Amino acid sequence: MSASDNPFYTALALILGIDSGLFDIVALSLQVSLIAVLIASALALPVGAALALWRFPGRNALIVALNALMGLPPVVAGLCVYLLLSRAGPLGSFGLLFTPTAMVVAQVILVFPIIAALTRQQVEALHSEYAEQLRSLGLSQLRMMPTLLWDARFGLLTVILAGFGRASAEVGAVMIVGGNIDGVTRVMTTSIVLETSKGNLPLALGLGIILLTLVTLINALAHLVSEAAKRRLG
Amino acid sequence: MNAPLKTLSHSPVGQHSLSSVPALHFQQASFEHRGHALLTPTTLTLSGCQRTLIMGPNGAGKSLLMRLAHGLLRPSSGHVRWEGTPPVQAMVFQRPVLLRRSAIDNLIYALAVQRVPRRERKALALQALEKFGLASLAKRPARVLSGGEQQRLTLARAWLLKPAVLFLDEPTSALDPAAIKAVEEAVNEFHHNGTRIVMTTHDLHQAKRLADDVLFMYSGQVLEHTPAERFFDTPASSQARAFIRGELVW
Amino acid sequence: MKKTTALITASVCTTALTFSASLLADDNFITLASTTSTENSGLFGAIIPTFTEATGIDVRVVAVGTGQAFEIARRGDADSLLVHDTTGEEQFVADGYASERLDVMYNDFVIVGPSDDPAGIRESESVSDAFALIAESESPFASRGDDSGTNRAELRLWEDAGVTPQGAWYRELGSGMGPTLNTAAGMNAYTFTDRATWAAFENPQDLTLLFEGDEALFNQYGSLLLSEEQHPHLKHALAAQWHEWLVSEEGQQAIADFEVGGQPLFFPNAK
Repeated sequence: MSASDNPFYTALALILGIDSGLFDIVALSLQVSLIAVLIASALALPVGAALALWRFPGRNALIVALNALMGLPPVVAGLCVYLLLSRAGPLGSFGLLFTPTAMVVAQVILVFPIIAALTRQQVEALHSEYAEQLRSLGLSQLRMMPTLLWDARFGLLTVILAGFGRASAEVGAVMIVGGNIDGVTRVMTTSIVLETSKGNLPLALGLGIILLTLVTLINALAHLVSEAAKRRLG
Repeated sequence: MNAPLKTLSHSPVGQHSLSSVPALHFQQASFEHRGHALLTPTTLTLSGCQRTLIMGPNGAGKSLLMRLAHGLLRPSSGHVRWEGTPPVQAMVFQRPVLLRRSAIDNLIYALAVQRVPRRERKALALQALEKFGLASLAKRPARVLSGGEQQRLTLARAWLLKPAVLFLDEPTSALDPAAIKAVEEAVNEFHHNGTRIVMTTHDLHQAKRLADDVLFMYSGQVLEHTPAERFFDTPASSQARAFIRGELVW
Repeated sequence: MKKTTALITASVCTTALTFSASLLADDNFITLASTTSTENSGLFGAIIPTFTEATGIDVRVVAVGTGQAFEIARRGDADSLLVHDTTGEEQFVADGYASERLDVMYNDFVIVGPSDDPAGIRESESVSDAFALIAESESPFASRGDDSGTNRAELRLWEDAGVTPQGAWYRELGSGMGPTLNTAAGMNAYTFTDRATWAAFENPQDLTLLFEGDEALFNQYGSLLLSEEQHPHLKHALAAQWHEWLVSEEGQQAIADFEVGGQPLFFPNAK
């Protein structure tokens, strides 16, 4: 294996070269996935907490559905968003297909069930510990929600990271709704698929190493922040 | 560890005259769970500003009775009713439930829940910490405090609510003697300020130290509700006699 | 903690803002649905800058299989279409989805396979002979099996050779050209590929080019001007500029100038 065939060497060369094309791809990957996770969290945290707090008919069916959707194949999510955003589809007039926005939408759909289902578990566990005390203090279910979410924050950080992991790793959905357009919707994962199909395996793997490194860095950062906070707050 | 309570000159707790604490009536109230009668239909009245100790062996239904009284549970049949408007109540649990934030923030949280104006919260919280000997621990995370400190913090939190009735469910069962003494002093402090005390314990000595009247429960029934002296000197039921002799295991 | 929260919020907002700004940047582009062969070989990377320089219009390429490219255009999700399935293209015009189809260029298909050539197709007279030899010797053959332009061309050639490809030696992969080449290299099988993808392919292992040059292997690319009646929202004016540029002298020259490893891959043939 010559040096240029070694994916680690390729990854290093890509990083050291600070190729502006690569920088754009990395930046877009992070933007799309972070925004998707942000939006999904804003929606899924309250939904998960509500599912933990309220008993209503169909609740169990909803929980099962959310758990099942955690395994939703990204291609299927992508296809649904494609049909939705396509000109011939119901939201076609917005012209969002093949834009980063479409990729965000698809990833929100992928990440939402994960965050909602795991939030439900975390909040339910905490609720069983807190419920009597909070009710004794006179809190309604609705007012318990922010308290429980805040006190579950360390566990929820891991939940959100799991969502980010799924968003940044998936390729099926962004490929379909983004179209892998060079300079517009090309992200790390679609680049890896493209380079693989061109038989450029060292470059594909090199990109994979960069992606993994970035995800590891983000996870490490989150871990450090939460450990520090945990030490302070018990 | 066991800081004595500061004597009160300017208590944040409103003074309750005896008559201002409304009576609580159990009317044929029972409680069932999955087909098991955990409380047989019970009729009783809690009135006056007393220290009522609920006693009885484990599984007798003491905690259940207290949760029905506090409104955390609803009776399966019958009624639990306050005479007039339900008063302000607080409850201290066997295991302190504290939020994952600092000691003072736990108190500020309780004040926020009560919709106390934001700018008054910190000063009130500091007063309460001071009162319960926790001032030096204000910034410490509540959940890393010792068991005794945590229980004092829950008492400080209850203090800020200015309750007319304070429920305590085995508040000292996991504590060492010094911490137990601090809790008992706090209970009396509440009582002196006009708060009715309803407390479960299975510690006979504690009951003798604190009780004005005793509710004795056995196997889901309230067997006796009598002034403390009479209960300890001449218990009416054979179960209570056995209990006082220490023959009933808990 | 509060400071960290504020910091995170601020950075997220900044990201979101730059992000939406980049989305609104400009509208002077068209979306082109095309095939992987043109994109993966680097042709678009070479000719689009020339077009953009001349017109100020950017071309965003969505590179998919021919079947999916037709579908994207049919649904009105692309402004322009450049594919290689003349029969399908003419049908597309006949169905009213496009108003005009023009020949732009051709490349050709080739057969690649193990360098020891177990079926002995190197010296075949015609592509039909080559296919017949592969079937006779039951040498492993990897087919894309994805109803793409290349796949359709391959199936027509089997028919011409009088062979119904089936059996353990004939492996339908259901993949794009690149993945099919990767798989063929892994199995050391024969496969049918367009020259452009093959030339740009970097993982041949033991595969080598074994048969080329038969006229039956020519692969015509056509540009389609999409119907204004069907999809009035499309950027027809910009798309028309692209369509006309491709067949113009300048566009044809740009295609001719594109080479990989000193070898031209696409041959302009606009009439």
